[in-house]
Amino acid sequence: MSPRRTDAGGRIDRLRTIRFTFDGAAYTGHAGDTLASALLANGVTLFGRSFKYHRPRGVLTSGVEEPNALVTVLRGEVREPNIAATMVEIYDGLTAVSQNRFPSLAWDISAANQLGGKLLSAGFYYKTFMGPAIGPLKSTRFWMFCEHFIRRAAGLGRAGTAADTARYERMNAFCDVLVVGSGPAGLMAARAAADQGARVILSELEPRFGGSANWSAETIDGMPGADWAARAAGQLEGYDNVRLLPRTTVWGYYDGNTLAALERVTDHKERPGKGEPRHRYWIIRAKSVVLATGSFERPLVFPGNDRPGVMLAHAAERYANEYGVLPGHRIALFTNNDSAYRSALALKKAGAAIVAIVDVRPELSSEMRELADEAEAKSLAGHAVVATEGGKALSGIKVQRFDMVNGALAGDQRSIQADCLLMSGGWSPTIHLASQAGAKAEWNAARQAFLPPKPTQQWPTRRWIGAGAFTGSFSTAEAIAEGRAAGLSAAGGTGTPAALPVVEAAPGDPDPAPVFEIRADGKSFVDFQHDVTAEDVRLAHREGFISVEHLKRYTTLGMATDQGKSSNIPGLAIMAEALGKPIPEVGTTRFRPPFSAVSIGSLAAERFGDLKAERLTPMHDWHVANGATMYSAGLWYRPMIYGHPGETIEQAYVREARATRESAGIVDVSTLGKIAVQGPDAAGFLDRVYTNMFSTLAVGKARYGLMLREDGLAFDDGTTWRLGEQDFLMTTTTANAGKVMQHLEYFLDVIWPELKVHVTSVTDQWAGAAIGGPKARAILAACITGTAVDNAALPFMGIVHGKISGVPVMICRLSFSGEMAFEVYSGAGYGTHVWEALIDAGKPFGLVAYGLEALGTMRIEKGHVTGAEIDGRTTARDLHLDWMLSKKKPFIGSAMMDREGLIAPSRLELVGLISLDNQPLSGGAHIVEALDQANPHDSIGHITACCYSPALGKYIALALVKDGKARRGTRAHISDPLRNRFGPVEIVSNHFFDPDGSRMHG
Amino acid sequence: MLITCPYCGPRDVIEFTYQGDGNRERPQPASQDLDAWNAYVYDRLNPAGDHNEIWQHSGGCRAHLRVVRNTLTHEISSVAFTRGHHKVAARHKAEGKI
Ligand SMILES: [Zn+2]
Repeated sequence: MSPRRTDAGGRIDRLRTIRFTFDGAAYTGHAGDTLASALLANGVTLFGRSFKYHRPRGVLTSGVEEPNALVTVLRGEVREPNIAATMVEIYDGLTAVSQNRFPSLAWDISAANQLGGKLLSAGFYYKTFMGPAIGPLKSTRFWMFCEHFIRRAAGLGRAGTAADTARYERMNAFCDVLVVGSGPAGLMAARAAADQGARVILSELEPRFGGSANWSAETIDGMPGADWAARAAGQLEGYDNVRLLPRTTVWGYYDGNTLAALERVTDHKERPGKGEPRHRYWIIRAKSVVLATGSFERPLVFPGNDRPGVMLAHAAERYANEYGVLPGHRIALFTNNDSAYRSALALKKAGAAIVAIVDVRPELSSEMRELADEAEAKSLAGHAVVATEGGKALSGIKVQRFDMVNGALAGDQRSIQADCLLMSGGWSPTIHLASQAGAKAEWNAARQAFLPPKPTQQWPTRRWIGAGAFTGSFSTAEAIAEGRAAGLSAAGGTGTPAALPVVEAAPGDPDPAPVFEIRADGKSFVDFQHDVTAEDVRLAHREGFISVEHLKRYTTLGMATDQGKSSNIPGLAIMAEALGKPIPEVGTTRFRPPFSAVSIGSLAAERFGDLKAERLTPMHDWHVANGATMYSAGLWYRPMIYGHPGETIEQAYVREARATRESAGIVDVSTLGKIAVQGPDAAGFLDRVYTNMFSTLAVGKARYGLMLREDGLAFDDGTTWRLGEQDFLMTTTTANAGKVMQHLEYFLDVIWPELKVHVTSVTDQWAGAAIGGPKARAILAACITGTAVDNAALPFMGIVHGKISGVPVMICRLSFSGEMAFEVYSGAGYGTHVWEALIDAGKPFGLVAYGLEALGTMRIEKGHVTGAEIDGRTTARDLHLDWMLSKKKPFIGSAMMDREGLIAPSRLELVGLISLDNQPLSGGAHIVEALDQANPHDSIGHITACCYSPALGKYIALALVKDGKARRGTRAHISDPLRNRFGPVEIVSNHFFDPDGSRMHG
Repeated sequence: MLITCPYCGPRDVIEFTYQGDGNRERPQPASQDLDAWNAYVYDRLNPAGDHNEIWQHSGGCRAHLRVVRNTLTHEISSVAFTRGHHKVAARHKAEGKI
């Protein structure tokens, strides 16, 4: 027999039928179903294959802690793997597939791994693949060979390659009280805080508010718990000061009571509504936090506890009461505590036969005996389940007498026919968030659980109040009382004497027997998702892994996507027994964020897609209108080429660069960082910041400057213009504009606060156009008024002011291209106006607009450095800029730049390379002295930038090469195995073109 | 983590840039004492407890702040300007802005 839908009951909408597919087969369910409940209702018991052994697995739980029933959900081309079927709400058209099976779920080749169980035991990877190569079957090289096969056989879902097209949002929220969890404790806390006038956020990771009230058989204030919860949530909805967040998992607890949450806004919908994001990442700052996160039921560890049909007791109760699904017809239970008896009775009432309640405890209370009688169940006290039978579904169990004091089994095994076995190994409070907040959990021997610590042990920056099962108070009546008290206290209220809601519940002792494992023959699973057995834990102990942190890493216990929500405590208990120590002395691992899986898209949110910030230069629209292919550089968009129809990128930049060297070219340089450095001490400050002198610079002149970091390595370069005695305009590279600004501010604020200097970022205030080439001066002369631009008025590195087309401009004669060139700056708002005037004036002279590719080509030809060479590892000497290191003054980095390692002869130095096979060179390629595939030579350097040089008619590159200066004139090879490009090159000076600068000096 | 900027009030850490250990002592610019420079550039105490740090309110007023932060709890016990903006801060405080 298989699971089925009950005739009545549950919180599903039986009038609404929903169609979905699982592994290609069509199924139906009802609104309110999860994928797990809907598949169970269809009689499906096999949900997936286990990680290592490919054992058939069903569904173990009904919630976020599910380790077994992981599926991949497909939306168009996008696949999302490793989602718990218990957390997927079905919708029309939902397409889900099972994982880790080949070729199909029911018939899986790798299930043979089960027979070779020893091979994949604890530490298998370490033992087999780490360490020195002894013999043929060892070492990391062997791992690289085997990896492909093992990854295919052992694993979880496969990630897709299609781009995620969904939208994500980030939301900042503030509140007085954040209540995490909406069971009876959370609902009471939210209400109490809201009544005090506090701004409240109530988050619930499930779609429905109410937690256990949605499926327990208890009544609250005379009505079914689910009705009471629905009413309480409905009332909260009417409060202006309450925000309800369903489907929202609070996954991180950070300083200053900042909590991170993931709201799954549209995962349960066929398609998102207009403007709706898929997920919303909430950053919630709460004055106080109420943790009402409940508890997780624990599995028991015994042979065959992973067979499909074996499930947690409360999960089955929930399937019956909340989803109207019976997970079996003949149900047996196996427990060490009283809560399973309530589950048994609930399933009996829903229509199942309870064939046995196997309890490890020798004596049962009269209340439990009565509950067993009421469920018409055979009560087997002092017994344990020692085996399960069946294949892809359970057919029966074997039980034996059990002595819980010494763990001994005695007497004959008895078989009991059952199609479903429910287990309960006690309950563990969900203390993850408190643990993230720095709290050290405390072992409670009565509850056999780690409880959150007392509030006095909390970190001052992360304060919370606990309520309900989270604190170890497992009854609903306690949850209600603690919830109200917590809500009041969190809101700073003093309390109202109003009567608490009255709970009617079945009796039960919250304390389980201290039994976690039944030791008998067969595989007993502790961590279902990572296939870690009790024997693996003991093996790790025998091999000397006695710290819980080491045990965890060696066996991978609790390191799967469920993060051991169901396995941590049983694993720890087995470890403690092996060590002969009590559990609290073995300790527990600390939980870290996230509590459960978080979509990467939500974390990136506004940083990509249509919400990403963009920086556009004043002339951006002109570039686009004139055929530029735009290139994204940081946040900036810059023209790469202005391509003609049918041109390749290389053809376009070669044409642009050639035209510039033959007549003239113009390029947008507005993205350069620009910093106004002003004040009585500005010149002296620049002397400290730059390696060369600026105090000697005349007003109306500019100078090229180099900055070092404190450790003596090169930092940034650019020109600085002296506009007045106390007024400088510094330019930086585009990429380092922000860093240089912070660098200057740091030194003024922290190191030299006595200096009277003010720095202001003016990058966005100026538009800049660089016009260069043999005809550049003539073009400028044709459109400028108010100043001459000849050699006398505007010498190299001189600055003049004038007007172009009526707009004031500032012009500096400096060159990056190596041509006679001028940088024309105007107010940003006039950028396009001035640019167009220059273009018009240039028409008779053959002026072309050029992009970053041509700019890069001309700078490579000149051997100028950029961020590719100033890469944080090079010194001024490495880049042949030692002529800029003043000996007359100290400057930032001067004391450290001459350290032994920074002047060693073996350092990488800037050189030029010429391709000798007339083939393009490739960026990032290594340089080697000789090519030998079988016995690769050591790299002596790498290419930083490359291009086709129209000026030389060759493929050239800049490179950093070991002892490069001494190698000029010699040959080497580039080696780029990734792109399969190998070839001979000649090492030359980095100054390929016009080395004496006659063109720019004119 | 919240840092209370003396200008701007309590702001989230994402508005700030960590600008390094506040215990560093920069040698005189002309100093040739390599050991002192080495200590300044590389040596850090990494204490478990209160730590003097420099933070810049880069997403706000851009002032550099001397912050004492507990590295175990992230509790911030003191925030002050690294240079004299005290009068402005006092005025803001008097006007109830922070
Ligand atoms: Zn500020």
